[in-house]
Amino acid sequence: MNVVAEALRKSYGDTAALDGLYLAVRAGTVHGLLGPNGAGKSTTVRILATLARPDGGRAEVGGHDVVRDAARVRARIGLVGQHTAVDEVLTGRRNLVMFGRLAHLTRRAARRRADELLETFGLADAADRPAGTYSGGMRRRLDLAAGILLAPTVLFLDEPTTGLDPRARAEVWRAVRELADGGTTVLLTTQYLEEADRLADDISVIDHGRVIASGTPEGLKAELGGDRLDVVIADPGDLAAASAAVERVTGFRPEVDEDALRLSAPVADRVGALSGTLRALDDVHVTVADIAVRRPTLDEVFLRLTDRAQKTTPKEAVR
Amino acid sequence: MSAATLRWTVLDAWTMTVRELERRVRRPGALIAALAFPIMVVLMMGYLFGGQMDAPGGNYREFIMPGMFALTMAFGLEGTFTAIAADASRGITDRFRALPLSASAPVAGRCAADLVDAALGLAVMALCGLAIGWNWHDGAVRALAAFGLLLLLRASLVWAGVWLGLVARGPESVMVIQVLVWPVGFLSSAMVDPSTMPGWLGAIAEWNPLSATVTACRDLFGQPGWEAHSWPGRHALALALAWPLVITAVSLPMAVRRYRRLS
Ligand SMILES: Nc1ncnc2c1ncn2[C@@H]1O[C@H](COP(=O)(O)OP(=O)(O)O)[C@@H](O)[C@H]1O
Ligand SMILES: [Mg+2]
Repeated sequence: MNVVAEALRKSYGDTAALDGLYLAVRAGTVHGLLGPNGAGKSTTVRILATLARPDGGRAEVGGHDVVRDAARVRARIGLVGQHTAVDEVLTGRRNLVMFGRLAHLTRRAARRRADELLETFGLADAADRPAGTYSGGMRRRLDLAAGILLAPTVLFLDEPTTGLDPRARAEVWRAVRELADGGTTVLLTTQYLEEADRLADDISVIDHGRVIASGTPEGLKAELGGDRLDVVIADPGDLAAASAAVERVTGFRPEVDEDALRLSAPVADRVGALSGTLRALDDVHVTVADIAVRRPTLDEVFLRLTDRAQKTTPKEAVR
Repeated sequence: MSAATLRWTVLDAWTMTVRELERRVRRPGALIAALAFPIMVVLMMGYLFGGQMDAPGGNYREFIMPGMFALTMAFGLEGTFTAIAADASRGITDRFRALPLSASAPVAGRCAADLVDAALGLAVMALCGLAIGWNWHDGAVRALAAFGLLLLLRASLVWAGVWLGLVARGPESVMVIQVLVWPVGFLSSAMVDPSTMPGWLGAIAEWNPLSATVTACRDLFGQPGWEAHSWPGRHALALALAWPLVITAVSLPMAVRRYRRLS
């Protein structure tokens, strides 16, 4: 394990930002920390990156305690925070050289590393322009480059694509993928399920400062989401009858998309639900255009998880 | 502190200073605007208000320059504050903190860059002053000593500015700093004779660190000043040295500790 957190607690006034958070990141993997705004993602990253001190619990990065051995941890990590942290007046190259010097590379090594990274991140052509003239995606890539100047063993990325357009997001994804393929352990926070699904080997879903589910993207979907039944009917007039029939069979009131004439409900027994629903719809003379059982999207998993967490832990934040 | 640590602290501070100077060079417009401000104030004070005011020794422009120098040093605090708060709010400070570099380096680099700014500002104002009839009368050495006192005051305010910038929520709160700095600036002997103020206000103005520097500078430049009745007025030079040292002794550890402090 390259990153371990045990029972981390952190409060800001009355707000429990972290409320007993556990985390284990395997070396060489991308771990996604998925959660809505205010879930405690940045607080987790800041504690692991030695920028904040936990009120309780402990954490290790690369085998070193983040509080007692902060200097050793700092020598092994890279941090790309929630806000792009580059000097917008300086050029891309000067930014990297400056951060390289501050990371105690020799002048020559800092220059060489800057050139190398500008090349890797596709910024060589823009290297001598002020970072303020870069597009959002370019600035974020420069930020990433600054984060891995020292070839860290563990890289923390706090919402690296929030606020980027789809093209820039794809650029950043590619860069992260390449880093991970090169052997860097990455802890990535995100509000986007698609991002976690795409990049992460393991996912921890967090809400209200604690992990509410974890596993591989596939595992999470299979284990916690259950399957879903989608039915598309032919005639808009049949929506009410079809909804009642699906509810009778699955036990859940289906979500109805009136424009697509699609009904969708969670199911436990794949085959039984399929044949049972077909029969029930036939009984009430509803014509079926399409029917299928599928894995849930992570969005559906996530909504269900946060919903469940809210129901089972009613407001115990203040302690 | 080992030799290697010390060496890196100096190098880190140097890297930070270079960054700040490079920012100036890359934005000549901002630099020119920053230098134009003191020129404008000198001209405004000298020509617009000058005719209305009675000055000791009769020459208002002669009299006003040391006050203007000192006020400019005090208002420099706003620049320090804004730069530090901007870095902190954009996460650049966090990136520095996550690097294995000494906590005093960014603070020291900031101070060096701000002193270069201040020296440039003083030079421009002095040239401007010379053009409108101000001069020093007791030799270049004493004049240089006066500029040294002014820079000493500025340096001590850098630490205070760094601390405030790290405590603040963002560069927008510079308004709050202005609300603090302007009264402190004008509640001094820079522009007005403290003996004409209500008693308690006059006492505050007499003890104001700015007053000590202004009074000592007037003396070193050989220029007329208010008649000194009080203890602080008669010991201006000692106070002009002591105040910045006291301010530094208090605010430098606060700034470095705040920089290092984990939230
Ligand atoms: N410096 C701070 N001061 C006060 N409250 C904070 C601070 N940092 C975080 N919080 C609070 O802690 C909770 C978790 O915040 P954060 O870790 O930033 O969440 P996320 O990054 O997942 O959006 C939020 O309720 C937030 O308001
Ligand atoms: Mg966050």
